[in-house]
Amino acid sequence: MDVMTQLQRQWREHTAYLRKEGYLDDQFEQLQKLQDENSPDFVAEVVSIFFDDSEKLLNNMAGALEQKVVDFKQVDAHVHQFKGSSASIGAMRVKNLCIEFRNHCEAQSLEECVRCLRKLRYEYSLLKNQLEYLFKLEQQIRAAVV
Amino acid sequence: MLKSKTGMEDGFLSSVGAGDSTMLEPPTKITALVVDDDTINQMIHHRLLDNLGIRNQVVRNGKEAIDVHCSGKNFDLILMDMEMPVMNGIEATRQLRAMGIRSMIAGVSTNTRERENFMKAGLDDYQEKPLTTSKLVSILHKVHKDG
Repeated sequence: MDVMTQLQRQWREHTAYLRKEGYLDDQFEQLQKLQDENSPDFVAEVVSIFFDDSEKLLNNMAGALEQKVVDFKQVDAHVHQFKGSSASIGAMRVKNLCIEFRNHCEAQSLEECVRCLRKLRYEYSLLKNQLEYLFKLEQQIRAAVV
Repeated sequence: MLKSKTGMEDGFLSSVGAGDSTMLEPPTKITALVVDDDTINQMIHHRLLDNLGIRNQVVRNGKEAIDVHCSGKNFDLILMDMEMPVMNGIEATRQLRAMGIRSMIAGVSTNTRERENFMKAGLDDYQEKPLTTSKLVSILHKVHKDG
């Protein structure tokens, strides 16, 4: 099996794995459909913005939860934004955790919120690793054609 | 579709193929305005419209949407997010209608609680985020009809 075929197979298998494990849903496929020769880096660009936004939001949530008097509405606002952006790129597991997180904000339960934030950070870093691997495969595929 | 440097199309990366954009004849004369404060949504909506051959502009909130109309511009379609800083989608829709703007305004949101108020403000259609090609095509069918 030549390098190209092997890389393509790895890409296909990894994408299928991410879908099966629920990391990504149909929305990610929608993004991939929007990519073409006119915007060959569309998905990577969108995801890169998502990474920047996410890190900011996660830090904002942590900061808000560390206040002496926690403003749960503020925490919820950050989680709501994160939920929106994760839904937009098809990050299903992250999005679902955000939904859970918002319930804890509404209940104003600090302990649950802190626990949820920890889970969210973890889930997000898993996703980031997976997507970075996927993009690396794509780079290798493009390079293999030269 | 990702094109290799030799020009061959990488079939596997074109997944389900170009099916969606062939459902409707690209109405190349239609113009649209994207009103959304979120960068990711801006990029996605802009690209969705580009792909369907629709010239479009992006603004960040309701006030900018009003301003662009005051500058004399008009659009066939407005994709209006609901929750935005400075001026939200409900207020912006109300004001645009009060200004006599007859464009098709499609609300795009995740806030189901405010949906009724949003519709009452003057929407022609409402779609749940995230927007997809097929949701956009269903909105465009309406634009064409009232044409």
